[in-house]
Amino acid sequence: MFYREAGQFKTSYQADGQIFPILQDRLALMVLLAVAIVVVPLVASPYALSAILIPFLIFSLAALGLNILTGYAGQLSLGTAAFMAVGAFASYNFILRIPGLPVLVAFVLGGLSAALVGIAFGLPSLRIRGFYLAAATLATQFFVVWCLTKIPYLTNYSSSGVITAQPIVILGYAFDTPDRKYLLVLAVVAVMALLAKNMIRSNVGRSWMAVRDMDVAAEVIGFRLMRTKLLAFAVSSFYCGVAGALYAYAYLGTVEPEAYNLDLSFRILFMIIIGGVGSVLGSFLGAAFIVLLPVLLNVVAHSLALPTSVASNLELMVFGALIIFFLIVEPHGLARLWQIGKEKLRLWPFPH
Amino acid sequence: MNLNFFFEVLIGGLLSGVMYALVAIGFVLIYKASGVFNFAQGAMVYFAALTCVGVMDKLGVSLWIALPITVAVMIALGLSIERVVLRPLVNQPEITLFMATIGLAFFIEGLAQLVFGAQVRKLELPIEDVPSQYLMDNYNILVSQFDIMAALVCGLLVTTLALLFSKTKVGRALRAVADDHQAALAVGIPLQRIWAVLWAVAGIVALVAGMLWGARNGVQFALTFVALKALPVLILGGFTSMPGAIVGGLIIGASEKMAEVYIGPLVGGGIEGWFPYVLALLFLLARPEGLFGEKIIRRI
Amino acid sequence: MQMNEPEAHFGATGRKIGPVILDLKNISLSFGGVKALTDISFDVRKHEIRAIIGPNGAGKSSMLNVINGVYRPQQGQIVYHGEVRKNMDCHAAAKSGIARTFQNIALFKGMTVLDNIMTGRNLKMKSNFLMQALYWGPARREEIAHRIKAEEIIDFLEIQAIRKTPVGRLPYGLQKRVELGRALAAEPEILLLDEPMAGMNVEEKQDMCRFILDVNDQFGTTIVLIEHDMGVVMDISDRVVVLDYGKKIGDGTPDEVRSNRDVINAYLGVSCE
Repeated sequence: MFYREAGQFKTSYQADGQIFPILQDRLALMVLLAVAIVVVPLVASPYALSAILIPFLIFSLAALGLNILTGYAGQLSLGTAAFMAVGAFASYNFILRIPGLPVLVAFVLGGLSAALVGIAFGLPSLRIRGFYLAAATLATQFFVVWCLTKIPYLTNYSSSGVITAQPIVILGYAFDTPDRKYLLVLAVVAVMALLAKNMIRSNVGRSWMAVRDMDVAAEVIGFRLMRTKLLAFAVSSFYCGVAGALYAYAYLGTVEPEAYNLDLSFRILFMIIIGGVGSVLGSFLGAAFIVLLPVLLNVVAHSLALPTSVASNLELMVFGALIIFFLIVEPHGLARLWQIGKEKLRLWPFPH
Repeated sequence: MNLNFFFEVLIGGLLSGVMYALVAIGFVLIYKASGVFNFAQGAMVYFAALTCVGVMDKLGVSLWIALPITVAVMIALGLSIERVVLRPLVNQPEITLFMATIGLAFFIEGLAQLVFGAQVRKLELPIEDVPSQYLMDNYNILVSQFDIMAALVCGLLVTTLALLFSKTKVGRALRAVADDHQAALAVGIPLQRIWAVLWAVAGIVALVAGMLWGARNGVQFALTFVALKALPVLILGGFTSMPGAIVGGLIIGASEKMAEVYIGPLVGGGIEGWFPYVLALLFLLARPEGLFGEKIIRRI
Repeated sequence: MQMNEPEAHFGATGRKIGPVILDLKNISLSFGGVKALTDISFDVRKHEIRAIIGPNGAGKSSMLNVINGVYRPQQGQIVYHGEVRKNMDCHAAAKSGIARTFQNIALFKGMTVLDNIMTGRNLKMKSNFLMQALYWGPARREEIAHRIKAEEIIDFLEIQAIRKTPVGRLPYGLQKRVELGRALAAEPEILLLDEPMAGMNVEEKQDMCRFILDVNDQFGTTIVLIEHDMGVVMDISDRVVVLDYGKKIGDGTPDEVRSNRDVINAYLGVSCE
């Protein structure tokens, strides 16, 4: 009875096309943002910020990027981590070699570099589809990361291959504490999520979904396949690139190729499978799930006094089982469960 | 350039290609018969090998007793996979099943290590890894007996499975299932039983591969990455062709070794990690359905 | 023959017909060894309803696919608005005002009815993805303007109630209607309909017929129609082309075709009295 839409009429197409057409949703979002911006930095411990909230936001961004490519445009990709790596390394090099370059600009440039690599490795998608494309993206993953380890210029001739990320300073204000980093990441992710949602509900998003659902028909209607697919790769890689830069600068503190391995690509794929393929909300829910699950399992393992090896194996098993569980029970992921929950809430307390 | 050395590298590559083919055959088997791309095949190889050595360790039995036990375990695994994962997902799009097998892979890896521990173990097979005297004496080429055995086993496996598919009633039923689950059910093909049989057989194929790989490299977690290498093999050979899996394996194995030995030193090494994938990618651009694969025709 | 006829005349149904806008000359199409179309020539006049009939496998869908650029014929020419080309590019065909529906519905199953129809407007949208990302000013205005047009089509086809339903959930008849809506959204000059009434009951057929006639009447769209229901074809078409095994065996008004010996033998048959 609190969630009814009764009385909320839309009198213009503009109103009908809003991201959150229901008033209660808008209010909830305001409250959420208020909590996220004001309450959380005051209340959360540095551990919670650095180990849970910041990676959650960063992974949400990467998951959003992958969702654009795989969920909306239907191009299965196992190379997400490689694009993140490009973003990180490119940002590092831009900051290093252009003195006085604002950090945010460096991140954008890192994202653009990732977008260029994305377009290059997205070209095969014009000929190849389905699993074959997934296999081709493995080529991207392995080759790009190998390049980043083997080209000394990119690592500034570092002998160990591990470079420390420069501190983030914007307009003289240093972002060196967890709560400042958290707010910066929150701002970046919120803005980019909004841009993504806008693209998805516009013609661009429709072009991607058309290509995903039936590319021959899409061509007949007038969508240009090449442009659409490459744009999907470009935008997706841009998002992953920025996420990768944030991963290095606001989380790890170092820029190293090993952090962007195949395992990370799979983690992000799991995020969108569990969260909901083809859903912005799903990217966030999936990221939250994957970030919180190991923490939860650790707590359980500790309370049962299990050795760490057992705990990490259990984690693998639980992951695998959950993926299968979700695919059987709700292939559209947590986002769909959320929607179903909202539907039920609409009718509450009446059963139907 | 030493010609003998070249041949050794080539043959070494071809033989490692045989090993890849062994794993790839498991993929082809399942894909050809159910349309499912079983990402968990590598995990099954690892699981099979680990079970075998683990049983030998824990129960203190010899290889010949551990083997049947492992076969039984793999059959049980196959049956449970059918029951728990595949049956609920009948008729779902291919991509859903693929992602389910990714989850399955993680599950099996975790399970294997949970039960038997993750340390590297040695697997001793009755065939020694020594150079063949015959070839040494007559052709002055260093090739291990073990590798030759592996090649023979591989060939035998492929021939048997190829015959199964093309000549028997079961094989025909399997091909029908691969095309369209719903239609197969509609004509009365006992889907569940067939799939159970199929995955059990795939488990045994995984066991064979696991034994050979384990004897060669030791039974360790890295075995699961072999599954990933099988992808370029399948791309070259086509996802539905047994002979293709061998040819693909040979090409990938040989080219990988050659690239590492001859191009590697020029660019700082580590080429093996990506060369097969890039090769497969280039190949796909020219021929999207692989060397032996079936052309996919879409009608609008 | 066609070039010398008067600019406008009245067709078999009393409709006002214009000059030839699409002329197919000696089209031959084969796949591997299979000849789908052999030396087919016919033309289409503005405002008319042109039917293509024939038994299954005669090459009717292939003919439509050639017209809108999905297939490239090995031989022959397509003359569209006086412009001669060897074949049509898919995108060029769409841009120059040819839209179509498909035999086995080709809707975007993951999107709603409204979104599907909006995809039909895509060629008329000018803003690039960056402006759409900001959803500001010109991008927003454009989105709303096209939404208005899409809603007009939704009103025309009487599918308001299902506009936010994912297309995959709709029954077959409604899906066909939505597909028609998507084609109409492009405001096409020529509309190619591939068995629009297949699998429909009498009531649904009447509705679809009405829509097709209204489209031709109100929007002036030229219609090329593949259909098996002879009652419909003979009633609403101005001229009919008959194909059999990839060859043309009849071309003319419904009455002429109905009494054509070859057509009767190949397809129509005679009634048993």
